[in-house]
Parts: sequence; C-alpha cells; structure tokens
Amino acid sequence: MRSELDILQNWIHQDSRVLDLGCGDGALLEMLRQNKQVQGLGLEIDPYNITQCISRGINVIEQDLDEGLGNFQNDSFDTVVMTQTLQAVRFPHLVLDEMLRIGKQCIITFPNFGHWRARLYLATQGKMPVSKFMPYTWYDTPNIHFCTVKDFEFLCWQKNIDIVHRAVVNQENKRSAIARRWPNLFCATAIYQVSK
Amino acid sequence: MSSNSVGIVSPETFRFDQALVFASGRSLPNFELVVETYGELNSDKSNAVLICHALSGNHHAAGFHHKDERKAGWWDAYIGPGKPIDTDQFFVVSLNNLGGCHGSTGPNTINPETGKPWGPDFPTPRVRDWVQSQKILMDRLGIEQWAAVIGGSLGGMQAMRWALDYPDKLRHCIVIASSLKLTAQNIAFNEIARRAIVSDYNFKDGRYLEHQLIPKQGLALARMVGHVTYLSDDAMADKFGRDLHNGSFQQGEESKVEFQVQSYLRYQGDAFSESFDANTYILMTKSLDYFDLAREYNDDPVSAFKNARCGFMVFSFTSDWRFAPQRSREIVDALVAARKSVSYAEIESKYGHDAFLLPNQRYQDAFRAYMNRVAKQEQS
Repeated sequence: MRSELDILQNWIHQDSRVLDLGCGDGALLEMLRQNKQVQGLGLEIDPYNITQCISRGINVIEQDLDEGLGNFQNDSFDTVVMTQTLQAVRFPHLVLDEMLRIGKQCIITFPNFGHWRARLYLATQGKMPVSKFMPYTWYDTPNIHFCTVKDFEFLCWQKNIDIVHRAVVNQENKRSAIARRWPNLFCATAIYQVSK
Repeated sequence: MSSNSVGIVSPETFRFDQALVFASGRSLPNFELVVETYGELNSDKSNAVLICHALSGNHHAAGFHHKDERKAGWWDAYIGPGKPIDTDQFFVVSLNNLGGCHGSTGPNTINPETGKPWGPDFPTPRVRDWVQSQKILMDRLGIEQWAAVIGGSLGGMQAMRWALDYPDKLRHCIVIASSLKLTAQNIAFNEIARRAIVSDYNFKDGRYLEHQLIPKQGLALARMVGHVTYLSDDAMADKFGRDLHNGSFQQGEESKVEFQVQSYLRYQGDAFSESFDANTYILMTKSLDYFDLAREYNDDPVSAFKNARCGFMVFSFTSDWRFAPQRSREIVDALVAARKSVSYAEIESKYGHDAFLLPNQRYQDAFRAYMNRVAKQEQS
C-alpha cells in the first residue's frame, strides 16, 4: 500500500535533477533528497512555504507558473514534477508543454474530477462538489481547471505526449484493483509519468 | 540599547604595507582598511561572515560607537544577537571599502607621494579591486573560508564577484537587491549625481580639500536625486503625501509654501553633504556603473557563474525600481542554468531599494532561515 508520493518516487532516478512546480513547503523534494539523493529545485509563490523550503535546505525560487517557465533551458532537468497543481494553473496545456520542454520526463498528479463521488454529488445535488478533498466553493478556489482521467489522456493523445506510466490511488490514497480497472470512476488522484 | 544589539563597538584600522594593483593598472603603494567585527570567531575559524557595503555605506554596520550615538550602524536591523545575521553564531566582519571616506584609504586620505589628499587622483576601484582588498584582509584575520559573503546593492555585486574570483573562499553568497550590471537608466541617475557634484563651484576639480572647501550643495543635490530613486512612489506618498511643512494655500494670502517632502529631502541632502566625501561619491557611482559580472565571459552570466562553488540566496523587493526584481531574476536564472544551488525570494515591500535595510517580517524570516542553514553546514 503506497501513497501518491511513494509511487511517484519510484519513477525518479537516483542522483537526478528534479524541478518541482508548486513545491509547497518542500516536503517532496526533501523526501527525494533523502531517498534518491536528487538535486532538487522548487518553484513556489507562497511566502510561508518559501521560508519553509529554505529552512529545510531545499532550494526554492519564487516564481509564478502562470507567468511562464521561459527562464528554464530545454532538457535542463531529468524530471519535472507537478503534484496537485495542474488544476490550479491558468493554462494547463501550456504548462504541460513547458514541462516536457524543460524535463526529460515529467510526473504529474491531479485530482480526478470524474470520480464517482464527484459525479454523484453533481448528479444528485446539482451543485459543484465540495468535499474533504475538494474543499473550496466554486467562486473562491485555486482550482480553476478540474479535469478527469479521460480528459487528461485525451489531451496527451492530442498533443502526441507519451504516457509512460499511469498509477491511480483511491480516496484513502491507496492503490486499489477497482480504481486500476475503472480509473475514471474510482481513481481519486491520478499519477502520470509522461514524456515527449 | 536593546538586548539584541551588538552594543558598543569600536572600529579597528588595519595597515597593509604592500602595493595593491587595481584592475585599471594603477596602484596604491600601501593602504589601510577600517574594520568592525561583531561576535566571536570560533576555534576552527569557520563561522566568519563578510558584509560588503553599498554606495554610501561604511564599516559601521551594527551597534553604536558610544552610548550617546543617535543612530545604530546601517544594518543594525539585520546584524546582532538573535537577528538574521546572528552574532551569537557568526563572527561578522564589516569594512569600509577602499576609496571610502570613513577611515579606509580613499580620496580624503593623504597621498604619500604628494603629501596632499588624494582627491580626484585616487584610482577608481572596480568591484574586483575591493574584493581583492577584502581577500587581503581575510588573510590578515586568519580566515580560510567565509561561511558567507553578504551584500545588498553594490555590496551584492561584491558578493557575486567573490564567488567568481575566489570560488573556494566562501560557502555561501547572499545577494540582495542587486544586479549583474546596471541599466542605462541607472547609469543616467548616477551621472546626474556626478554632474551635480562637479558643477558645484566649490568642487575645484576635486581638489576642494586643498582649498579648505567642500562642495556641499552639489553633494546634497546628488544625494537628493539618489534618495528619491531609492524610495518608491507609494512610500513617499505614505510618508509625506502633500503635507505642508510651511505656509498655506489660504485664499487671499501669499505665503512661502514648502512641502514636507521638500524639507525632508533638503535635510537628507544637507546631512549627507556633511558626512560624506564628494570624490568618494563619484568614485563609488563609477564603480557601480562599470560593474558587469559577465563582461569577460562573452556577456554570458551562465558561463561566468560556472566557476562559482558556493550556495546562493538572492533577495529582491517588489517596489525597488532602481534594482528591480527583474535584475535579481536574471541573476537567479543564470545560476539555475549554471546548475548552481540557489534560492530566491521576492519580498513584498513598498519601500523601494531602501527596503533591503529596513525591518520586514518576511525578509527577516527567510534571511534567518537561510543563515541557519549556513550555520548548520558550518558545524557539520
């Protein structure tokens, strides 16, 4: 039984260079540094999180993903990671393009809006789902681009992006056979490894 | 005096009986540096931190020279026990750079060849010359490697130069509100300041000391221009608005009107002109203008930083338009491309370029967090 981050970690190479978009307080990069000896760099905009990263000894740069990533060179990182942030950026498809340009491989995790609970909520209540996992009201939320597993894979197909791995976890943040069999219905968080 | 002050400090003068050749090819036969230190050097001499000052700074960065001194050192908000540059952990070295006017060899000291003040004949140092002299001071103090070299503005340029010229001599480089090189607009402001000084009747081609004169008006004007550019529109609006210092706009009455901002600027200019040397001001602004970190690296800061071996922390301030956040981002981008260890924080502040000197909770927290990291490394 492994969480989203454990799964993700398996796809990261020892001693590689990792760029984490929206790195929060640096917990993921710290874990990767300890377990995989990566050279990590995080991008973050929240002042408190930035100070947390510095305290942890995680390199962090204050940068807004919505203002582009043009300052990073092609293929300058082994892996570009973005966890639980795809739905919060202004242009997810452009961020995806940039991730693939900067990283040799990319790892993306996002909440699956096609999960049966979200569907049921919308179907029965007729309102945008609010839950423990999606705690925001529709009018005041950082999550402006929710998508489903199907949506994401369709975007990858359109863009000719190679899905190297897909892993799914259920609402308990665990792997489950049923979520693997019907991801768009039972996966709470989708975890993708993609490359050009 | 509060408990987090370094308290009463006294500067020390170090004399170096050796010639110092500047990048320009000119040289000083010998020189003196005035230095203040705060905190204790540990037994393995691994906790030393160098502070590089900016245009109008000097060695007096923290504490007080005597108990009646009205103002503490220029960076007292950041240097002291429990402050971001914690003197309980670090041995802090702060000097007056060559060409300065607060005791180190400069235009207002005597040229041994003529027996007169150097004045305009003092060789204009480049940032690398200061760094060279700081290295000589480091050797004298018996320090093998700085835990960190720290500087804001022109001081940040020195810190970066350290990282390139003496890559093994520092573990961390903290660059605050600085730039890889000045923009044309920035050089233009410096030129206005210099013209103000040289246009003063008392300037006498820079030989005013020989005539027992001081180009006060020119220096005050230079400072006024500079001061405005170090603040922001919002900060000035907040501090002064359109408040009047004298007079009124009463109908039917004519009075001499003076805005608060006018009175303030005049006061700042006058005070500065009495405590600073005009030739030093000219020389410092030239050093700023000439600095270009990547000049010898085909104008490519990425290849410039390739030599660096230290970790970098870069700060900028949102309302700083003289050393705008974009200038700091250029530093950061080059460091990332050169695959160096770097962190960057863009601090929200309305105080313009001066923000790097002023208390600011977020800046203090992030600065302290980074310095704790520096201290931890030094122990391990």
